[in-house]
Amino acid sequence: MLFLLAFGFGFGPVFEQAGAGNYMQYLIPGIVGMAVLFSSVMNGVSLIWDKNFGFLKETLIAPVSRISLLIGRCLGGATTSTIQGMLVLLISIPLGFTMNWLMLPVAVLSMFALSFMFTLLGTTIASRLDDMQTFPTIMNFLVMPMFFLSGALFPVSNFPAAIRMVTIINPMTYGVDMLKHAMGGATEFPALLDVSVIAVLIIALSFIGTRFFSRLEA
Amino acid sequence: MTAIEVSNLTKKFGNLTAVDKVSFTVEKGEIFAFLGPNGAGKSTTIKMLTTMLSPTSGEMKVGGHVVSENKSSVRERIGVIFQDYSLDDDLTAYENLYYHAMLYRVPKSERKEKIESLLKYVNLLDRKDDLVGKFSGGMKRRVEIARGLLHSPEILFLDEPTIGLDVQTRNFLWEHIRKINREKDMTIFFTTHNMEEAEKIATKIAVIDKGRIIITGTSKEIMKRTKTKSLESAFLRLTGYDIREENVSALERLRNVRRMRR
Repeated sequence: MLFLLAFGFGFGPVFEQAGAGNYMQYLIPGIVGMAVLFSSVMNGVSLIWDKNFGFLKETLIAPVSRISLLIGRCLGGATTSTIQGMLVLLISIPLGFTMNWLMLPVAVLSMFALSFMFTLLGTTIASRLDDMQTFPTIMNFLVMPMFFLSGALFPVSNFPAAIRMVTIINPMTYGVDMLKHAMGGATEFPALLDVSVIAVLIIALSFIGTRFFSRLEA
Repeated sequence: MTAIEVSNLTKKFGNLTAVDKVSFTVEKGEIFAFLGPNGAGKSTTIKMLTTMLSPTSGEMKVGGHVVSENKSSVRERIGVIFQDYSLDDDLTAYENLYYHAMLYRVPKSERKEKIESLLKYVNLLDRKDDLVGKFSGGMKRRVEIARGLLHSPEILFLDEPTIGLDVQTRNFLWEHIRKINREKDMTIFFTTHNMEEAEKIATKIAVIDKGRIIITGTSKEIMKRTKTKSLESAFLRLTGYDIREENVSALERLRNVRRMRR
């Protein structure tokens, strides 16, 4: 929200003078992506919370496959993150954002896929951690760069080659691009590529997460 | 028939051997007490038996299944009441039990009835829609007991179940555990450092200290073999008079170090 106002009204005029069109229109999908990214990765904290408060044991000794424990947790987390993304979208309407509203279900679905992927990431990381203090560090060193180097705030296609490489291996770049396909805005890759990257990451993270989950000990 | 069969079970945390070549068997329908001072390896053993921790070496068979090979079948057959609190504070008593019923695949049509009858059993039916976060320690314990019994396990594990409970709740707990043992022929395995409890409740006792089982038998057999008049003096003769607090914190510290490394 703060980002939306600060960047929207701060950079907006500069952006428009450069002849790149309406900045709000460019920014909103990125800010929706940001809301989804931050809250999804933070969903991992709930796992550490459950570890420290003993509730995790109850689920760990249940006769349920580890993959369903992981997926169940992440579907729950992804739902709340998607709602946060939708709230940002709702707030952006009075700020002048418009989109093809027929695409709304696609946008929500994209938000959900992105939420699910990042919740898996957060939960997988959290399954290897025991204390709450480590998690903010991960936010700083992983999530913030992912956000800034994703094209959420400004186009990244003209970055110097080295940083450009980082944006290309950054999953968030594809996430934001996918949201732009759904919500309107200048896109960088074909929608199919974005969806494939997210899908592959979901499968890979489910696999890794399940392995970490079966090694969890209480 | 044997409910639990353990041979040469060992668990090491770094250099510290928490459980050292422990072997014992528990027959079906028995109430088996694992008696030992703090830091003797009781909780570590129960964690291994309940699939929460993997052993360094040794074999365990619970409910007819080898634990290391068939965790899921073991998990289906056991109920566990943990040493420390393990309810979700943000859910009501009913919701906590409902969550458990789903995890253990209790058929949907039976869930409501089963949960309500168990909540009635632990005298909490009138509080079923209150958040457990607001409950007292004793009430929370009762919810946990109801939860442990919800999927009708063959074997019930209780890890130091009476720590921090008042006399009323303690009596309530043991009375019900005995009743379930009698009526349903459920095997009970519990750990304690309270001699009186072990003597009164258990049909068989294993005394464990420093990770090793020193003696196994009924309380009478143990007293006879140590030539003592009470289980307490037998226990002290077997385990010595040193205070064990140090051991616990050393173990905990080691565990924390190990966690950080992982």
